[in-house]
Amino acid sequence: MISKKVKLRITFLFFLFLSLVLIVFLILKSLEENVVYFKSPTEIQNLSELTKKKVRIGGMVKKNSIEIMSNEINFVITDYKNEIRVKYSGIIPNLFEEGKGVVAEGFIQDRRFFIANKILAKHDENYMPPEVKEALETNND
Amino acid sequence: MSFKAQKYIFILFIIVFSIGVIEALVLSPEDYKQSDSVRIMYVHVPSAWTSVGIFSLIAILSLGNLVFKNKYFLLIAKSLAPSGLVFNIIALVTGSIWGRPTWGTWWAWDARITSMLILCIFYILYILSWRILENKTSVNKVTSLISILGLINLPIIKFSVEWWNTLHQPASITLSGSSIHSSMLLPLFIMTAAFVLFSILIFLMKYNTELIKIKNKGLDRI
Repeated sequence: MISKKVKLRITFLFFLFLSLVLIVFLILKSLEENVVYFKSPTEIQNLSELTKKKVRIGGMVKKNSIEIMSNEINFVITDYKNEIRVKYSGIIPNLFEEGKGVVAEGFIQDRRFFIANKILAKHDENYMPPEVKEALETNND
Repeated sequence: MSFKAQKYIFILFIIVFSIGVIEALVLSPEDYKQSDSVRIMYVHVPSAWTSVGIFSLIAILSLGNLVFKNKYFLLIAKSLAPSGLVFNIIALVTGSIWGRPTWGTWWAWDARITSMLILCIFYILYILSWRILENKTSVNKVTSLISILGLINLPIIKFSVEWWNTLHQPASITLSGSSIHSSMLLPLFIMTAAFVLFSILIFLMKYNTELIKIKNKGLDRI
């Protein structure tokens, strides 16, 4: 049914496509360091040497860790394995909250301490009306 | 005949779009966390879906042309591109407007957002190469190559939020279910239907223009 020419074309395109996919894969693989938007506290712990460059650290804001002072805010980013303390002064995004995702941009001081000059809130994939959220919480209690 | 189809699709689009807007802005509930800014989702997500879907179609049609040498495939692909680009830009702009109040930034160079920008560049390249290149065979080859390269980008867009750490949240709607409440899914799907109808409308207009152009050239039949 399918002529020989068409078969040859399909084979050619298949290998062309395969090689392009491999090239893109290798490029992305070698750039992985830069493709990730942020590092987790565990990755900071495992760094062989601390970088002086600007980095982003992401994770969850640890419950009961937020301390608000007159012109600065301290909190702890956790990935439930390791933690890092963050000091920041500036504008906080609306969705910044305890127990929710956060990305902090700034400079590493040591493996447990980080000074941020920008805070971004990381939203999760859940959307629901307030009543449903309340119902869920009462069921959990 | 197809002009009649355009009329019906236009009327259907107006109806579906009106219902969608009322659902999205008035009837659907606010989010427990984002309150009213969640309503940007009803434009942002459907337009992103539509633009990715249209590019997949363009790539499949271009591959089909390379294999079966059916030039109507290319004409259809060419006519699909403008609405895909428009929805891609809408997705990027609304995402930016949504990101500012929720995340705290207009733009982030994370994998999802960057790969969506790359798709936008591929759309622009695709449309421009149709305009710039005069030679028939070279325009076919160049546009097909662009769409095949762009096709590789599509799974990267889809899985970027799973493969790498991104600021963008992971997918809400997966095979195993949805983490968006059903009352919010309804306007999302109606708006998607409206955007798809709009794309079909623009496609038909473009495609008919292409056919008329070929007719007027007389000899230059495909």
